[in-house]
Amino acid sequence: MELLISLIIGLLTAVGVFLVLRGRTFPVVLGLTVLSYAVNLFIFSAGRLVIDGAAVLKSGLATPDPVPQALVLTAIVIGFAMTAFAVILAIRARADLGNDHVDGRLPEQSGEQK
Amino acid sequence: MNHLITLPIILPLLLATLQLLPVIEKNIERQRIISIAGSICLLIVSVALLISAASNNVTLYALGNWDAPFGIQLVGDRLSSMMVLLTSILLLAANLYASAGDDNQGRYFYPLMMFQAMGINGAFLTGDIFNLFVFFEILLIASYSLLIHGGGKHKTSAAVHYVFLNLVGSAIFLFALGIIYGTLGTLNMADMALRVRELNESEVQLTKIGGMMLLSVFALKAALLPLQFWLPRTYASAPGPVVALFAIMTKVGIYSIIRIQNLVFGDSAGDLADLGQDWIWVLALGTLVMATLGVISAPSVKRLAAHLVILSVGTLLVAVGFGTQNSLSAALYYAVHSTLAGAAFFLIGDIIAEQRERSFDRIVAGRSLAQPMSIGILFFVAAITLVGMPPLSGFIGKFLIMKSIDTSSTLVWAWPLLLIGSLAALVAFSRAGSTLFWRSNGKPDSSKASATRKFIAVGILLSAAPLMSLFAGPITEYTDTTVQQLLVFEQDPTQIMAKGVQR
Repeated sequence: MELLISLIIGLLTAVGVFLVLRGRTFPVVLGLTVLSYAVNLFIFSAGRLVIDGAAVLKSGLATPDPVPQALVLTAIVIGFAMTAFAVILAIRARADLGNDHVDGRLPEQSGEQK
Repeated sequence: MNHLITLPIILPLLLATLQLLPVIEKNIERQRIISIAGSICLLIVSVALLISAASNNVTLYALGNWDAPFGIQLVGDRLSSMMVLLTSILLLAANLYASAGDDNQGRYFYPLMMFQAMGINGAFLTGDIFNLFVFFEILLIASYSLLIHGGGKHKTSAAVHYVFLNLVGSAIFLFALGIIYGTLGTLNMADMALRVRELNESEVQLTKIGGMMLLSVFALKAALLPLQFWLPRTYASAPGPVVALFAIMTKVGIYSIIRIQNLVFGDSAGDLADLGQDWIWVLALGTLVMATLGVISAPSVKRLAAHLVILSVGTLLVAVGFGTQNSLSAALYYAVHSTLAGAAFFLIGDIIAEQRERSFDRIVAGRSLAQPMSIGILFFVAAITLVGMPPLSGFIGKFLIMKSIDTSSTLVWAWPLLLIGSLAALVAFSRAGSTLFWRSNGKPDSSKASATRKFIAVGILLSAAPLMSLFAGPITEYTDTTVQQLLVFEQDPTQIMAKGVQR
């Protein structure tokens, strides 16, 4: 269980970081989204993983830590709003600057990126 | 409980919401009246908070009446009250400046300014590290929108970098919080300080990673060396009044570094004592070098102002990284000075850009300014205080910092860099001033004269320079006691854990 979750978080982070480092705004926005998924899973697991625990409270059953769940809810909402803003900004940048490169201009030799 | 401490957060929130109502939103005059009156109210509240903090009462406020480690708490100590007052002064000046016409270039200017002030004040007042993240996001999303206020190619392309960079920063912040919650099991800063001391061997390394990630996020906000490249372009392209308020944003990062370094990872933190302190010191010296180069090569007044912000960040963090009581106290004095003077200089750059036709604020010979006399005087005062020449506050701030760095092995590095930074600023200011004011041609266009309230706004900010050097005694006394208070909290964090009201 721990191994699986950590592998998933690691993979998502790697994918996210790779995409964030791309030159066009669309992969970057996608990368930020994937990165925020990784973050959310990570925070969620910060309260330790409990299998077959009680959903809320029940005597005799292990209860998971509720705080990370509250945190992850906040993080999801904020991440969602920020991604929406990033998408709008990327569209605006495409319209204002005439291309979708994050620097606002295409690199000199962009033969393979076309 | 004393509810005053919630006002610096609640008041901007209510004012912003009020200004979104159609009756007010459609009428710019009403918006101006409400936001300037609101900023004055906020200033009064901050002064009241400062007076209460100055008599050594720490205002603790348990939100929702939950006791400290469980609920979120607000902490109004000397340090946070000082920073809140600084924000209020900036907000008033920025709103006053904007009311001369900059607010009309796009919609929702004042509500966004208020939301930003709310985020900044919240970041200063909160005692909970996750809440700090939330307030960071509030101030960031407001700043994203303010940055592109008025529109234009330059703003959009600068905003793309700024937004993406900060979104990655937020992700790292959350990773750090996850690690820290995983090992310490708490998010309350005072409680974190207690838990760090009884950390078992196996979790020290993990907490160290979390702490360093946290530090790197704050370094991004503060614009410390490898993470400062976003700042010049962003600040130079933002509208004048917006960037005047942005002047405090790097200080939010520095404030967070001071807070965490002196509370959670302070001297009593065992294995984690002074985490990352050496890094701050070395990187701050590097920041000074980069900023010095930037100041000399700046092609426009606003770029110059932006590089001066980085120079002040370097100067401040050298003192923070040195980490003695005296150097920290000097850093706090310098923080107030550099924020106000930096904001004033951005506004001066904006006035210059407005009055010259095609050359804007670029440092090239161009059309004469419409009001060369009054702008010249403001420019001169700003230059003297930002270079750090006597008799204004810049000199005292820099002098205090240099005096506090007193061991010979550190002095060799810090003094030359600080002084060369000042020299570079002096050269850049002389070059800019003589080009802008003396090498001008063509008749001044008197129809381009700026509104008086713009000059009043700059005057408010610049008046701090002589006042801060006149009242340097009381102010340094205040900062000295502030640092002592930080030390007391570090030794006994339970002092800043709020208790709910018993019923």
